[in-house]
Amino acid sequence: MSANVTDTAVPTLEVRDLRIGIRRGRHDVVLVDDVSFSVAPGERYGVVGESGSGKSMTLRAIAGLLPSGVEVLSGEIAYAGQDLLAMSPRERRALMGPGIAMIFQEPLTALNPTARVGAQIAEGPREHLGLSRRQARRLAVEMMRRTGIPDPERRAQAFPHELSGGMRQRIMIALALSCSPRILLCDEPTTALDVTVADQVLKLLSDLCDDLGAALVFVTHDLAVVAQTCQRIGVMYSGRIIEKGSVTDVFAGPRHPYTLGLIESAPDFDRPDRPLVPIPGTPPNPADLPPGCAFNPRCGFVQDDCRIDRVELASVDAGREAACLHPVGMSR
Amino acid sequence: MTEALVTATAAGLPRRPFRLSRNRSRALRPWYRITPLVTGLTLVTFLVLVAVLAPLIATHDPLTQNLTAILQPPSAEHWLGTDKVGRDVFSRLVFGARIDLRVGFLAVLIPFVVGSLLGAVSGYFGGIIDAVIMRIVDVFFAFPFYVLVIALVYVLGSGERAIYLAIAAVSWVSYCRIVRAEVLVAKNQEYVVAARLGGLSHARIIGGHILRNVIAQAVVYAMSDIVLDILAIVTLGYLGLGIQPPAPDWGGMIIDGQPFITTQWWLATVPGLAVVFTGLALSLTGDGLADLLAPERRK
Repeated sequence: MSANVTDTAVPTLEVRDLRIGIRRGRHDVVLVDDVSFSVAPGERYGVVGESGSGKSMTLRAIAGLLPSGVEVLSGEIAYAGQDLLAMSPRERRALMGPGIAMIFQEPLTALNPTARVGAQIAEGPREHLGLSRRQARRLAVEMMRRTGIPDPERRAQAFPHELSGGMRQRIMIALALSCSPRILLCDEPTTALDVTVADQVLKLLSDLCDDLGAALVFVTHDLAVVAQTCQRIGVMYSGRIIEKGSVTDVFAGPRHPYTLGLIESAPDFDRPDRPLVPIPGTPPNPADLPPGCAFNPRCGFVQDDCRIDRVELASVDAGREAACLHPVGMSR
Repeated sequence: MTEALVTATAAGLPRRPFRLSRNRSRALRPWYRITPLVTGLTLVTFLVLVAVLAPLIATHDPLTQNLTAILQPPSAEHWLGTDKVGRDVFSRLVFGARIDLRVGFLAVLIPFVVGSLLGAVSGYFGGIIDAVIMRIVDVFFAFPFYVLVIALVYVLGSGERAIYLAIAAVSWVSYCRIVRAEVLVAKNQEYVVAARLGGLSHARIIGGHILRNVIAQAVVYAMSDIVLDILAIVTLGYLGLGIQPPAPDWGGMIIDGQPFITTQWWLATVPGLAVVFTGLALSLTGDGLADLLAPERRK
């Protein structure tokens, strides 16, 4: 774990029994169901899942950015012990930046096209840290230097469209980290980048978070990215976390058939001739879930009892949980 | 592999010095290549110079009457002749530019600022604030422009200040609607969401992120609005509600010259042409600005 862990007693972020959905008469459509995880100070946590699994919704709920109509139905999101959902908008706004920051998928649309990047980075520190225009400007250039942007003084004068994709994502990182947040939320930050640049950006992100002691919550569909970046992982399917554990454990021996399917459907550099096995079928409609385990229609190991009751997360090994009645590689 | 790439770059591959691109605007052409803009700005500059330098350009005092030399035709002494009380028409025309341009500019500046701010607030916050502001806007839109302006001028008492206050009170609603519509689109842009996520204050988001991206539309509209406002001032002058005589004003000059249209036709025609010239100059500028600031909308 990171060297900057100072207080392990209170997790930087704790999500407890989070349910997110659309209120609709008697039957709410539940998009995220009973999601719980906690992130220790300085830790890097990965949330993996395919499109529609609820991973981005979870992240957006933490950031307070749920689309209109979608709301937190129940549960708790605590930042350093304080309940985010109970805060007033003003209190919450004061937290965004120095407490929680976020990096978006597409840096071009997340940066203001009409403002110079240096000024955009400087805005947060001026608002939250009370820096003067001059001090904030110096901090912005310093952050740009730390994200590996060459000649930062001049590039601070550039507009976003004048920079390359990788450079823009570095600007986003500089912007997000400019107030030294304790948690950095990342929503697929490397999807818009090509592989070599993505690799550099990921490395940079991990290093900077370690330097600043920021915890990282990383949402992605790319297992390789999580393997490279994170320490612990939660795999989401159909709005629920179906497997949790340390990255090494989960990759070495996935317990949930869905996790296994994800790993087998992605190419592996160490075993290039291994065939890629797709997961058959499509994820279920959240308004119309199958009875029992939500994965049962697509599961290769399905048995009769999988179709009866909802399957809860249960401990499978030391420090590991899976929501499966017949975990892979275990006889039970 | 990545390290290898990075080291190769560091090891001495020539690094191109970073240079900011020269063409900063989103326009495909630089501003001096947009013909209407250059023409319009030239004409506007000319008008502004005339207004500013009026005391130097005018050949006579615009207010001095000379009852022994009334209704004279153009001559070396009086370039555009004299009016019915013997005042020099050219000098009045030049000083008229001063008053009419000043009132026109103020009559646009005030509603531009007020309307844009209210529109931005309305679109950004939505809800009750939006409902209240937009219903007020609807009420103003329900009346014809001139009816409301004339009524207000009548209440406020005629004169320069009454005119631009009346026009401002009526025309802010257009800016409000234009900016609100643009803000409704802009506020869902990801960079605005990102700014909100950064915990920035509403004022900083509206001023720093939203308005600067939407104000172009309001600026373009303002240019054509100045034309309308100068026409309104002239119209009010014509109705006797405008700039009070003896101050020189193009509308007043037209009405003064009207009885003599068959004998001394230039008395009403020349200030009329000045109005046309001003309208042309501002319209061309507005058209050019639209090309420069929002080229994607012109297709």
